[in-house]
Amino acid sequence: MSENKSVKLAFDCAGGDFERAGEASAKIKKMLQRLGIPADCVRRIAIGTYEAEMNVIIHAGGGNVAAEVFPDATVITVSDHGPGIPDINKALQEGWSTAPDYVRQMGFGAGMGLPNMQKCSDEFDIQSKVGEGTVIVMKFKHQSEDL
Amino acid sequence: MNLKDVQRLLDAKVLAGEQYLDRQIETCCGSDMMSDVLAFTKRNTLLCTGLTNMQVVRTADMTELGAIVFVRSKTPDSEIVEAAAEDMLPVLVTEYTMFEACGILYGAGISGCSKRGKKK
Repeated sequence: MSENKSVKLAFDCAGGDFERAGEASAKIKKMLQRLGIPADCVRRIAIGTYEAEMNVIIHAGGGNVAAEVFPDATVITVSDHGPGIPDINKALQEGWSTAPDYVRQMGFGAGMGLPNMQKCSDEFDIQSKVGEGTVIVMKFKHQSEDL
Repeated sequence: MNLKDVQRLLDAKVLAGEQYLDRQIETCCGSDMMSDVLAFTKRNTLLCTGLTNMQVVRTADMTELGAIVFVRSKTPDSEIVEAAAEDMLPVLVTEYTMFEACGILYGAGISGCSKRGKKK
C-alpha cells in the first residue's frame, strides 16, 4: 500500500439473513490479514465489524458494511436502512437491548454490541435518525494493542 | 495445558481439527451468549457452549478462539463442523454439562477470562 492510497471493500447485508451473518466481517478480516495489519489490530477490527454487521441483520431491514484500509488505520463504516435508534445514549449503555427473544436464543441481543464497538475502536461515531437509519463509523489505528 | 489434555479431561470426541490438538489453552469461557464471548474473551480462549448454530463458529473466527467444546453431547450440523475445520478451529463434544465441563477445566488449572478469574 503506498502512502496516500487506500484499499476498499464493501458488502451489502440483508436484514434477518442469519445464515450469512458475519460473512462480510470474515472477508474483511481475511483482507486485513493479507495486507499484513498487526494481528491484535485485526482482531479488534474483526470484533467491532462483526458486532455492527450483526446489528444490521438483527435490527435493520438491510444495510452495508464497508472497510477502507489506509497505511496507518482502518475505517469501518456500517450503514443501515432503519428503523433508526430513538435514544442513542440508552443504546450505548451495557445491557440495554431491544432484540427480540429469538435473537437472544441465537446468542445475541445482550446489549453489549455498541459498547463493545466503542471499546474495540480508537474513534467511534454513531448517527441515527428514526425512520431513516443508522450510520456507524469506527476508526482503528494500526498499532498493536490487545484487548 | 493443550487440547489433548482437554479432550482427556472431558472424555470428549473430536469432530474437527484433530491436527491442532497440540494447541495450548490458558483461558476458558462457558457461555451460550455470543455477545459475551465477543466482549470478554481473549485470543486462544477455549469456549464451552451448548449453542450449536453457525454464529458460534463465526464468533470464534472473529475473536480467534482456540477451540470449541459443545457440552451435554450437543452436536452441530456437518456444515458447522466443516466451517470450523476451514477456520482451523478444533471442535470437541463432551457428555458433561456446561457446569461440569467448566468446573473440571478450572480445577485442572485453566483460568477464566476476567482479572478475578485468573488462576494464581
